Amino acid sequence: MTTLVERLAPHLAVLPILLPMGTAAVMLLMGEGRRPAKVALGASAMLAGLAVSIALLWRVSVRGPVLYVPGGWPAAYGIAVVADGLAAFMLVLAWALGACALIFASARWHRAGVHFHPLLQLQLMGLSGAFLAGDLFNLFVFFEILLAASYGLLLHGSGRSRIVAGLRYVAVNLTASSLFLVGATMLYGVTGTLNMAALSEQVAHVAAGDRGLVHAGAAILAVAFLAKAAAWPLNLWLVPAYSAATAPAAAVFAILTKVGVYALLRMWTLLFSGGPSVAFGSDALLLFGAVTASLAALAMIGASRLAQQAALSVIVSAGTLLAALGLGRDAVTGGALFYLTSSALSASALFLLVDVVERWQNAGATLDDKAPYLSPALEERDVNLDDEQEPLVGYPFPASTAFLGLAFMACMLLVAGLPPLSSFVGKFAMLSAAVGAGDGAAPITGRAWVFLGVLVGTGFASLFALTRTGIRIFWSPAREGPRIRLAEGVSIVVLLAACIGLTVAAGPVSRYALDTARALHSPGGYVDAVLGGRIAPATRADVR
Amino acid sequence: MELVLALAIGVLTGSGAWLLLRPRTFQVIMGLSLISYAVNLFIFSMGGLAIDKEPLLVDGVTPDLAHYADPMPQALVLTAIVIGFAMTALFLVVLLASRGSTGTDHVDGAE
Repeated sequence: MTTLVERLAPHLAVLPILLPMGTAAVMLLMGEGRRPAKVALGASAMLAGLAVSIALLWRVSVRGPVLYVPGGWPAAYGIAVVADGLAAFMLVLAWALGACALIFASARWHRAGVHFHPLLQLQLMGLSGAFLAGDLFNLFVFFEILLAASYGLLLHGSGRSRIVAGLRYVAVNLTASSLFLVGATMLYGVTGTLNMAALSEQVAHVAAGDRGLVHAGAAILAVAFLAKAAAWPLNLWLVPAYSAATAPAAAVFAILTKVGVYALLRMWTLLFSGGPSVAFGSDALLLFGAVTASLAALAMIGASRLAQQAALSVIVSAGTLLAALGLGRDAVTGGALFYLTSSALSASALFLLVDVVERWQNAGATLDDKAPYLSPALEERDVNLDDEQEPLVGYPFPASTAFLGLAFMACMLLVAGLPPLSSFVGKFAMLSAAVGAGDGAAPITGRAWVFLGVLVGTGFASLFALTRTGIRIFWSPAREGPRIRLAEGVSIVVLLAACIGLTVAAGPVSRYALDTARALHSPGGYVDAVLGGRIAPATRADVR
Repeated sequence: MELVLALAIGVLTGSGAWLLLRPRTFQVIMGLSLISYAVNLFIFSMGGLAIDKEPLLVDGVTPDLAHYADPMPQALVLTAIVIGFAMTALFLVVLLASRGSTGTDHVDGAE
């Protein structure tokens, strides 16, 4: 049994990519209908993916990075799939969000257009691939897969606002992808490799004359990542796109900006953790992060729709994370990873909540504007009809207003980073590490002051903005309670419960995050695991 | 040869960037296509430009990069072309949908 587990374990690393690919293929063969079957298939794939990711996380935390080399080619030549602490962490997060989005969509939104379920699976495939990719070009390929799926998901349900927002989203991302290619090949031109671990080793040995080229390549690559991470000034596409997308799509998109942050964290720590170019560009990261977060927080005060505020909260957290990376300290990055988890979960929950709230506020409005191609046949086939033959969308129950109110309050606390929920723990960890609490009388640096100002200021601004919206929505004259379907309620509760769980388990999670951050900032372990063949190319030995 | 290639990349990128900033969706897609051609040429040039180097292994020639063209950028450029092609097709669909639903070819969906 143990040997079987040991033999199968390396294959765990590639499962998060293969599983959704296979599921999506099967779903495409099933045609456009058969939605209950697709929900069942999709949900089991999501749960299986989540289980695989958790198994991978456990294995990585016990045994170190897992390397998988398809075909048995040594990592520097072949394709490397690498699961280290950060990748496993992000995988668990992505699959958890995917599962919640799928459950929410099964209530209603998956009927608003065709192929929602395969697109969601392909989105998860792209995300998993991007987290697991061990070389720059595969990172590019998986970025394109996740973007292609996100174009489809964004346009799901169609409608004018989605198409116009989608057009810009596609244009911006195609341009960013061109920059990605230019940056990646410049690094190849100088170092002769695309493997991230090999790049990390080569960069230290680049001749002084070529160092400028390395910097230029890395900077162009960083611009591409920053555009995906929604850094100012490349983030104007985000608010229209995310607020126009259907709720489950937006809930998955909550992690897309985090992929940009992930890629930056990965490449930046691998390339510039040591050697002559140590900490190249950290000031730029801090600056752009601070400006991004501040401007988005200001915009949040000005925004009138809750959906726009939710989209802006995604930008605020992306900016906060970028600024935290810019400080370049283990402990700050550890706190940032904790905050990343919390903010992705809460943004996702907020997007789902927005959908229910907006439906409640527009009770009686037709779906024509929001989903013009949600045909009557699709909408009413399995919708209960009440006495007046009106289609029921969920059931009003006395506590539903209280449920929505409480869920909104939890989201507000999470977005603003107030105690007692998990975002506070993350923000506190980042801040105390940034100002150097605990190491005596060390003076607080100017950079730490900037970071502190941004964190406190954006937290206050988002609290203010969301409180105002909350008062407008929930303290309005009595109406019939909102209609919530079980699936919708469950997915919101699961996401918020995950945040509460994160708060309760703050100790072990932040220890894991800190260990991961330490491993990132001294990438020797990652490089050895990929190039040193600590886990030998299993396939070759097995074949003999 | 370097000069010709650099000029080609420069002209393509310049025209592409200009078209990308124009207000009509068709101009934007042409701009994106030109930029992706420029990027493909750029990737190709990153392997180093050479004349008279074997692309495939031949008997009697030492198998190293001094005697052969670098195969990596060629593989990359092939993938980049395919992905760029797919993305252009996808963008065309969105463009047509936008034209159909808004009645204008302006990128903002309104004149």
